[in-house]
Amino acid sequence: MINQNSSLPDLPAPITNVGVIGWLRSNLFSSLSNTLLTLLAIYIIYLVIVPTVNWVFLDSDWVGESRDACTSGGACWVFIAARFNLFMYGFYPESGYWRINLAFAILVLLLVMLNIRQVPRKGWLAAFTLTGYPVIAFYLFSGGLFGLETVETSRWGGLSLTLVLSGVGIVASLPIGIVLALGRNSQMPIVKSASIVFIEFWRGVPLITVLFMSSVMLPLFLPEGTSFDKLLRAMIGIVLFESAYMAEVVRGGLAAIPRGQYEAAKALGLNYWKSMALIILPQALKLVIPGIVNTFIALFKDTTLVLIIGLFDLLTTVEAGFKDVHWLGYALEGYVFAALVYWIFCFSMSRYSQNLERKLHTGHAR
Amino acid sequence: MAVKQQPDDAPAKAALWRRPVFRSTVFQVLLVLGVVYVGNALLNNTLYNLEQRGISTGFDFLSNAAGFGIVQTLIDYQETDTFGRTFLVGLVNTILVSVLGIFFATIIGFLMGVARLSKNWLIAKLAMVYIETFRNIPLLLQILFWYFIVLNKLPLPRQSMDLAGVIFLNKRGLSIPSPVFESGFWVVWAAILLAFAIVVFIARWAHLRQERTGEQFHTATVSLAILLALPLLAYFAAGSPLSWEIPALKGFNFKGGFVVIPELAALLLALSVYTAAFIAEAVRSGILAVSHGQTEAAYALGLRPGSTLRLVIIPQALRVIIPQLTSQYLNLAKNSSLATAVGYPDLVAVFAGTTLNQTGQAIEVIAMTMAVYLTISLSISLFMNWYNKKKQLVER
Repeated sequence: MINQNSSLPDLPAPITNVGVIGWLRSNLFSSLSNTLLTLLAIYIIYLVIVPTVNWVFLDSDWVGESRDACTSGGACWVFIAARFNLFMYGFYPESGYWRINLAFAILVLLLVMLNIRQVPRKGWLAAFTLTGYPVIAFYLFSGGLFGLETVETSRWGGLSLTLVLSGVGIVASLPIGIVLALGRNSQMPIVKSASIVFIEFWRGVPLITVLFMSSVMLPLFLPEGTSFDKLLRAMIGIVLFESAYMAEVVRGGLAAIPRGQYEAAKALGLNYWKSMALIILPQALKLVIPGIVNTFIALFKDTTLVLIIGLFDLLTTVEAGFKDVHWLGYALEGYVFAALVYWIFCFSMSRYSQNLERKLHTGHAR
Repeated sequence: MAVKQQPDDAPAKAALWRRPVFRSTVFQVLLVLGVVYVGNALLNNTLYNLEQRGISTGFDFLSNAAGFGIVQTLIDYQETDTFGRTFLVGLVNTILVSVLGIFFATIIGFLMGVARLSKNWLIAKLAMVYIETFRNIPLLLQILFWYFIVLNKLPLPRQSMDLAGVIFLNKRGLSIPSPVFESGFWVVWAAILLAFAIVVFIARWAHLRQERTGEQFHTATVSLAILLALPLLAYFAAGSPLSWEIPALKGFNFKGGFVVIPELAALLLALSVYTAAFIAEAVRSGILAVSHGQTEAAYALGLRPGSTLRLVIIPQALRVIIPQLTSQYLNLAKNSSLATAVGYPDLVAVFAGTTLNQTGQAIEVIAMTMAVYLTISLSISLFMNWYNKKKQLVER
């Protein structure tokens, strides 16, 4: 007899469809070809992981002072530890390390504050990060004020130089990029075509030729007697190159602002610069923050090219490290370390930018 | 930079300097004057500086003898040839590495992009690890890594790894047999051309017939058969006019055959692997951009999964993929200039490097190099724009 008022309790799902087994079946072994692919993938992982783990961890040497400590055949991390200061600070005098550390500590503090929602007056803070902070950082690095010892730029190096190059590149190229983007959107034919030529020229040539140009040709362009140091020349090249890319990023943001915003600004009686500065750019720049971060990632990786014109960035100091007679033969450790540092920076920035993109994706597009 | 305004909007009595037309004219005239002034100053400085340093100007140096050797040349080159010739050698090498790089990067990129979306969890994660690893490590570092670490581990020529005794891999590069075309080979070339012509004709005919009657034709199978059979027939009919030059160990190195030098191999590996990671992301975003409803609609119309992919998903995904692909191709062509780091004789290495150092004519050399890259970039983007337009959705 069937009870009309209550249904039978649900049977549990078959054991093959739920839990670990169910997951394995549907994700790894759903068909013959899938199973083969899974086995292939497991084999590839085995081939890569086992020697890597052996080399990096099991057979490696971690403690010691010189290459004599490296006897077990795996990675010699002693090399990295012994040369760590070179990789971070280049040939900066040891007594001045605190200045570099302080400069980056301030930067980290500023960036953290910018990302905490409760902090008031974000606009001023951002403006300070982009204008006031670089001045402070410059004096911390180069000294010459308040009794700080002067350190020539030729002694800057390592990861701190990489960060300086990419930081200057992004901060200086942003305003130029904004002007160029506005120029490209302008109604004035000469302004527009001048901007287009500038942007397309720098985007069409490789950075390395730009660096060659700024290191070889720049001295020829300037009046006799003016001389720039190598770092500044590289920076000029990077900024020119990067501002063209930045212009295109900003232009993307300008294009995403609805026409109504331009019209409303005009209807309020704002002139061109006021409507741009007060209405359009604040919205457009907010939209393109992820794009700016992506440009920064590309720039960060591109700074390695200064190796070719002989500046001591992270990659160059690592190369110098393993070409040192005391440490010959540890190139792999050097490259792996450099790759890891670059990877950590780039990967975390790209995650941050994806995060921002998701956060900013709120009803701007109509 | 004035906001666009119709002239008749402007109040009739506005002062001259308040009129948009006047303002924009003044602004542009000032801009032109500024550019001319700066350009003139730079030119004068440069000419003065060059004179001071005793560097001659002009392109005469291009006809002077170069006097240095180049490791890999696709066109004939001797040390006695001119700097003009070194320019060409470098240019050809740059084009070679860019074309090969684009080819391999596209293949790896599409495979990885599809693998990233695989239903197989392990395959998808592997593809993700590949993409995130190679995308976030500077290209220069990768080139150096392949060249100094991986390829350096290869055996010396005497202990080469070989494949069937015809392909050899060692520190000096990969030696593969090169074809030697004998006199009667033109018949085979003609047959290949003819086969292509026939295939194009068949495809058109099949398309027209399908439009008219709805009947389908096995174009792919038939075309493949023709493309293989016709040249093969011609080859045997002409008496096999092709032989292979097999590399052989002579002294300390392999002679004969075609050699892929390690510099090229390292550059190519790094460029393809690095760019492929970006292409994979483009492919993934393109496929994800096609909504699932499209697949369901295609199934509802009775299309098979293969046809759905070919006729519905891919054409729509391509519209998203192609613009991104273009910029990746452009990046690859420009990044090939990193060749100079490992000494592969591309344009930047032999021309903006060695030639510049020997002649000292920085301005001419750098200008020519930049002009080449600009031309390559502009032609790739023109071609891709044309292709993009062709693939663009035709809306009613």
